[in-house]
Amino acid sequence: MDADITLTVDGQVRQVRVDTRTTLLDALRDRMGVTAPKKGCDHGQCGSCTVLLNGRRATTCLALAVAHDGAEITTAEGLADGDGAPHPVQRAFLDHDAFQCGYCTPGQICSAVGMLDEARAGHPSAVTTDLVGPVELTDAEIRERMSGNLCRCGAYVNIVAAIQEAAR
Amino acid sequence: MNPFEYRRATDVAEAVAAVAERPDAVFLGGGTNLVDHLKLGVTRPGRLVDITRLPLDRVEPLPGGGVRVGANVRNSDLAAEPVIRSRYPVLAQALLSGASGQLRNLATTGGNLLQRTRCVYFQDITTPCNKRMPGSGCAALDGYTRHHAVLGASPQCVAVHPSDMAVALAALDAVVRTHGPAGQRAIPLVEFHRLPGAQPERDTVLDHGELITAVDLPAVPATRRSAYRKVRDRASYAFALVSVAAEVELRDGEISQARIAFGGLAHKPWRAQRAEQVLRGAPATAATFQRAAEAELVGAQPLADNAFKVPLARNTLVSVLTELTELTGATEPTQEDTP
Ligand SMILES: Cc1cc2nc3c(=O)[nH]c(=O)nc-3n(C[C@H](O)[C@H](O)[C@H](O)COP(=O)(O)OP(=O)(O)OC[C@H]3O[C@@H](n4cnc5c(N)ncnc54)[C@H](O)[C@@H]3O)c2cc1C
Ligand code: SF4
Ligand code: FES
Ligand code: FES
Repeated sequence: MDADITLTVDGQVRQVRVDTRTTLLDALRDRMGVTAPKKGCDHGQCGSCTVLLNGRRATTCLALAVAHDGAEITTAEGLADGDGAPHPVQRAFLDHDAFQCGYCTPGQICSAVGMLDEARAGHPSAVTTDLVGPVELTDAEIRERMSGNLCRCGAYVNIVAAIQEAAR
Repeated sequence: MNPFEYRRATDVAEAVAAVAERPDAVFLGGGTNLVDHLKLGVTRPGRLVDITRLPLDRVEPLPGGGVRVGANVRNSDLAAEPVIRSRYPVLAQALLSGASGQLRNLATTGGNLLQRTRCVYFQDITTPCNKRMPGSGCAALDGYTRHHAVLGASPQCVAVHPSDMAVALAALDAVVRTHGPAGQRAIPLVEFHRLPGAQPERDTVLDHGELITAVDLPAVPATRRSAYRKVRDRASYAFALVSVAAEVELRDGEISQARIAFGGLAHKPWRAQRAEQVLRGAPATAATFQRAAEAELVGAQPLADNAFKVPLARNTLVSVLTELTELTGATEPTQEDTP
């Protein structure tokens, strides 16, 4: 069964017809040619499909495209500013060599951008001792908050360093 | 995945009718469990009724000091809510220990309660499973049972309920509000999930077409301390082997009130009433905590691979209670104890 939906992807308003079974990830990659979000596990377990959905980080492999009709999506590709200069989180990933093969990277970057907003808003994590106090982004905090993004190359040490820098 | 019709509900009654009228219709929340099951073939509905645009996304104060959590409130938003962080830390901690940041932004309160077991045989449609296909058998019984139940299981099913949030809600005496074809009801959380018995296909007491609209949290006195502790195979982003939600109040070094629930041990969040009985009125000492844990776990029936869960549950409970009562010290109650 088909449905016509509208998505704003990296600033562009786009209409697309999808089967109701299509996930947001497949709609982006296969129907719209937006390949920044990657398919790793397709079951919500690896984070490589993470985008900013209406400004918040979200996996796209377990979201149905039709259910997100009207949504605004920013992928890692859309994070750069108008002149094409990389986003501070992207810059920090480059400076800290925070990847090897790069497959998990677009998801890591979107997740980091969303996570930094959450921390700035004072949202606690599972390792925060004072649930009502301000958040101090220690390495332990960053690891916990980024635990939904797996990296098969094990670039974690540099990912944490890159996010530390972007947080400053 | 079988084809299905997609409907977007605009009001509660319409959503209920759209599911009630078709035996193969289901509600769609954030989709983080349902869509996984569609892909795996665990369930094959013919109609999905999307309830995420219903106005059930608010956290509101209730008269008398409680809090009403709309069914569509996202797990991340609930954990970040100031009143939850300050008055219901056990719930904030349970939510934050579940899944990942990007999943919690999608997952809803209603969907979290109704997420299904992570039993690998339930998720693998090539193996027998009484929960997925009633009468087909239980592959776990002769399989790998590290993650399965030690309390309240049946010969038909030894699965555990995976939700962290629900364990905290069980300790909090939360109430699930529903709207179904037969009207509205309020179901105490501890009676909401079922033990498997001879009908493991039924996780909860909900009827077909019955929509969760909200979860009500009773008021908590300011002197109550609560915490959630989750033990798992890795530091983060894994389901619980064992978890404990605990709330205590102290009066002159004695435990005046205790509410305890275990996760990872049973087919439902396990409210530990035997442990609570031992705790109430007893001195807040390590010996009391040991006795309480043992009173609850004496009936445990471990399977081939999960005997470790019994001492793990005991030690986790003792540790959480020690931490909570050291924190509270001998604080005098300063406020009326509202139920
Ligand atoms: C990789 C991964 C790791 C996870 N780790 C954890 C963890 O550590 N701890 C944990 O607790 N959870 C964990 N989860 C599970 C997650 O919390 C659930 O998938 C989520 O809470 C389900 O919410 P949802 O809104 O996405 O539900 P959906 O998938 O949309 O729905 C789930 C079920 O609930 C029904 N439903 C939804 N809303 C309602 C309603 N209002 N009324 C009636 N029926 C309704 C649906 O019909 C469906 O049967 C994990 C999930 C993934 C994918
Ligand atoms: S334990 Fe329950 S869910 Fe797992 S295979 Fe047996 S019947 Fe199915
Ligand atoms: S592809 Fe979505 S989480 Fe792995
Ligand atoms: S850089 Fe290769 S998976 Fe992360």
